[in-house]
Amino acid sequence: MSVKLNYACEGGNFDVAGEASAKIKKTLQRIGIPADVVRRIAIGTYEAEMNVIIHAGGGNVCAEVFPDKTIITVSDEGPGIPDIKQALQEGWSTAPDYVRQMGFGAGMGLPNMVKCSDDIDIQSTVGKGTNIVMTFKHKSEDL
Amino acid sequence: MLLQDIVRLLDADVLCGQDLLDRKIETCCGSDMMSDVLAFCKCNSLLCTGLTNIQVVRTADMTELSAIVFVRGKIPSDIIVAEATENNLPMLATEHTLFEACGILYQAGLKGCKRGEK
Repeated sequence: MSVKLNYACEGGNFDVAGEASAKIKKTLQRIGIPADVVRRIAIGTYEAEMNVIIHAGGGNVCAEVFPDKTIITVSDEGPGIPDIKQALQEGWSTAPDYVRQMGFGAGMGLPNMVKCSDDIDIQSTVGKGTNIVMTFKHKSEDL
Repeated sequence: MLLQDIVRLLDADVLCGQDLLDRKIETCCGSDMMSDVLAFCKCNSLLCTGLTNIQVVRTADMTELSAIVFVRGKIPSDIIVAEATENNLPMLATEHTLFEACGILYQAGLKGCKRGEK
């Protein structure tokens, strides 16, 4: 049995950027997932949601909560990531200057998703889009 | 250190969360890059920043920050203060620069969020 949440993200709309992650976080808190696990999920989801809004012109954020784990799937039909290995390096970013002025685009997003999650799968095709699946086990582990 | 000590040390105005000034602050992060805050900030930390957009509140929510200090005399819009109020996130504003504010707090005993430290 699982609880499934699905939110659409509007590309380029920074006023609402992060709302999907905030709603998922509140639901996880209500369900009673340990606080440190909720924090890891919230940060990882927010990073992915911001990437969709910055780079992809919109997409979807889906959370599926099982008794022992939460799976976050973030998908878009954006430009895709040409070199995932390079994108996983801290500091690597293709974000435009206006995004940096808003406090993002430091090249920490994907590395932080790896750090926060217990497992991550990144599938991306240039010109077609990106699909990221993060698994978070509901075991306490301070971040 | 309590948040009310930080108000005094930085000669700060309280924008919201006046009733939460007894909150205990153990670590602090100074940055205008929310990407770095998300990557390195520990929960229950104080954030000193010159950035005043809505992403500051969202980042604080995700990382479980205890309070925000806006430096260089920056004041966020009423909408942002309202959202912080709803999230029980105290906001302060000081005329000090980011460097000065962090220096004053460090000298008073507040520690930083060390990279890699849990």
